[in-house]
Amino acid sequence: MRRIKILEEKFFILLSGFMAYSLIAVLAFIILVIFVKGFNALSFDMILKIPKGGYYYGGEGGVLNAIAGSVYIAFGATLIAIAIGMPAALYINVQLVRYKRTQNTIRYFLDALWGIPSIVYGAFGFALMLFFGMNASLLAGIITVALLISPIMVRTFDEVLSTIPKGLHEASLALGSTRTETAFRVMFKQGFSGFITAILLSFGRGIGDAASVLFTAGYTDNIPVNLDEPAATLPLAIFFQLGSPIPEVRERAFASAVILTAIILAISLGARYLSKRYSRTNLK
Amino acid sequence: MQLKRLFIDKINGFWMITSLVTILCLPLIIGIGLYLKAEPLFGQQSFMSLVFSSQWAPSKGEFGFWPFIAGSLYVTLLSFLFTAPVCLLAAIYLTQFSSKQLIRIMHPVIDVLAGLPSVIYGVWGILIIVPFVSDFVAPFFGTTSSGYSILAGGIVLAVMCIPYILNMLIEVFNTVPSGLKEASLSMGATKWESVKHVVIRGNYPGIISAYGLGIAKAFGETIAVMMVVGNVVKVTANPLHAGYPLPALIANNYGEMLSIPMYDAALMFAAFLLLVIILAFNLIFRYLIHKTKRQ
Amino acid sequence: MSLQEPGIMTQPATLPETGEKKVTPILRVQHLNVHAGSNHILKDVNLEIPRNRITVLLGPSGCGKTTLLKCMNKLTDLYRELNVSGNIFIENDNILHTTTNIPGIRQKMGLLSQRPYPLPVSIYKNVAYGLKLKGVRDKRLIGFSVEKHLREVGLWEEVKNRLNAPATSLSIGQQQRLCLARGLAVKPSIILADEPTSALDPISSKIIEDLFKDMKKHYTIILVTHVLRQAMRLADHVIFMYDGEIIEQGSPEELFNNPQTDKLRAYLVDGN
Repeated sequence: MRRIKILEEKFFILLSGFMAYSLIAVLAFIILVIFVKGFNALSFDMILKIPKGGYYYGGEGGVLNAIAGSVYIAFGATLIAIAIGMPAALYINVQLVRYKRTQNTIRYFLDALWGIPSIVYGAFGFALMLFFGMNASLLAGIITVALLISPIMVRTFDEVLSTIPKGLHEASLALGSTRTETAFRVMFKQGFSGFITAILLSFGRGIGDAASVLFTAGYTDNIPVNLDEPAATLPLAIFFQLGSPIPEVRERAFASAVILTAIILAISLGARYLSKRYSRTNLK
Repeated sequence: MQLKRLFIDKINGFWMITSLVTILCLPLIIGIGLYLKAEPLFGQQSFMSLVFSSQWAPSKGEFGFWPFIAGSLYVTLLSFLFTAPVCLLAAIYLTQFSSKQLIRIMHPVIDVLAGLPSVIYGVWGILIIVPFVSDFVAPFFGTTSSGYSILAGGIVLAVMCIPYILNMLIEVFNTVPSGLKEASLSMGATKWESVKHVVIRGNYPGIISAYGLGIAKAFGETIAVMMVVGNVVKVTANPLHAGYPLPALIANNYGEMLSIPMYDAALMFAAFLLLVIILAFNLIFRYLIHKTKRQ
Repeated sequence: MSLQEPGIMTQPATLPETGEKKVTPILRVQHLNVHAGSNHILKDVNLEIPRNRITVLLGPSGCGKTTLLKCMNKLTDLYRELNVSGNIFIENDNILHTTTNIPGIRQKMGLLSQRPYPLPVSIYKNVAYGLKLKGVRDKRLIGFSVEKHLREVGLWEEVKNRLNAPATSLSIGQQQRLCLARGLAVKPSIILADEPTSALDPISSKIIEDLFKDMKKHYTIILVTHVLRQAMRLADHVIFMYDGEIIEQGSPEELFNNPQTDKLRAYLVDGN
């Protein structure tokens, strides 16, 4: 009996350990596949040029239009998300500090909001666009993505703000700060590492999301100059190029995937580094 | 000076609360917007026939969503079957048996896995999973398949959902007080037995919630699934055949939806359906998690 | 003389100083009651805090000292469960019933908490923070004031070469003095100190205590402590609390040498 138990334990520890380690292998495998497959077609032209005539039949050019479009959209959307997400997170942690239950309810709703898939935001953005008589454009893409990433921004920032000791809050008020001064001058600075994480996480999500910009941003071979022009995005560039029957174009889709993966990896690692760096000077 | 400060305080306070209320009202606004857009459809077909009819012929004005709903359910179910045991075991290992060093490595690994865009998973699926299904799985069962199949969709989705579910499970298991485990150990149980009794049995609501939320996420995932699932309108029980999940329907047809009457309403209805189902899942299971956290 | 109008009491200019005992109170608490759910935390507290003295709120842990202190600058706002009623007059302002300019009234009091909470900015900006809130823009004036207050708490020599370093790089004892300097910079008349030495090492504690003794020339200090020896060393006026009630108050000689109640007597014997 005892031996069976010990055997069972050994088996499950081995099995669960295997599962845990295999996740590292899966990640390595995915990234390896993308990089190995995409490396052949990767060139400076890919990053530095927009598609020339006949690009989608194997002609000259690159995906700079999509890189620029994605960066524009993610950047604009992040700015909007900061403008509404940052004050919202501060409000939860400063003005609502005495209402524990309200705080928890709000967090609960925000978590639930986080779960809404991006295709729904995309469809809603499209409906909104029709309502205002807009065309698929940079602006429509930015607004849709901003809606998508705002809950992420609030919740990520809030996660750090909620750990700030109440004593700091009291100290700030005792010095004669108003509540918003406490929020923007003290809590914001104390939670700055969380703010950076929130921005980078939102930006990464914005740059990588395809379903929300599919309807709203349109697609173009040019780099948009105005907000009312359509904008290409990197995920869609990958998606469309993959649909081509021509092998060269498919190869380029893989190369574009390398570019996108590299951007996401850089953001992810950057977020780790910066949040560590900025939390060092903080009150513990 | 003092007055000016108090005035600024009021303005900023107003900005803060407006932002918060806007964000909290988002699902309501989205829901109403999509519903209004989908409304013309209800004049033509009853809700039940929309959901359960398999007649899909937009040009004839017939909108039966069952093939798509069934496709979504099938893909989601498959992905759940793959992820559930992996996540549970990995979470147990990482919270109960693992070295500190592995955990330090795992954090960024999970983060990066969660942060990879779905298009990247789609590309990976096309490169690896689709050929795997057509070259190995189908011949093994003595049939043929193009590889673009419900099974491929399920596998890709499963990999995508792992970091999401795993994160929540780890959070749930970390709340188990170590005293409980020690009590169980001191009664002569092996470590695995204590884990079975204390960590798994004691956390049923948390585990179920994590799974529920993972299912909701899989249900709404669009691009990656759409790239590998084949997109054929047909109800099928064979996972090696192509399917057509609901989100893929919306994403694939946005181009032509304004040229066929009622088509846009139908797609908005699909989006509305997704929103309602996923939001309901999230509200229910998040509630369970919040409740267990407070205990 | 005994039938003075209460209004006149608050105007020191019209009332001649009549010896040491007759200092006008700077802060008066009247019928203060605090409930938290069904718990009655403060029970009908009435007291007066004499100006330019160190008043010690003494009592065992959990007797409501800290809550009383938090009522004085209305930090009870942060705790929903606390239900406060009564009056607290600071000079002529009734802080519990003011809604318009609470920040202004709070600036009449500096707070020192159980452990230091420096703002997440540099040493210099910590002290300058209150001045900026007050609308002081003149860089030279701010610089002058920062130096003055850092000197006042004896921190200037230690930090003058690294004023732009983060405040968290200081030791805990230094941080607590920085918090004191930060509070002094807004020119309060009262210092509220909530067991300010409980997180500090003995040397840092001694520095803070010595500072308090010097500071009472210019400030009124209200010190919460459960350390009897500290109370004996510092107090000019002692208020002994037990279970939300004021049991005894008076000069330290009276209270410590001649306790009137069993509770205080027991407390003095236990020494803590």
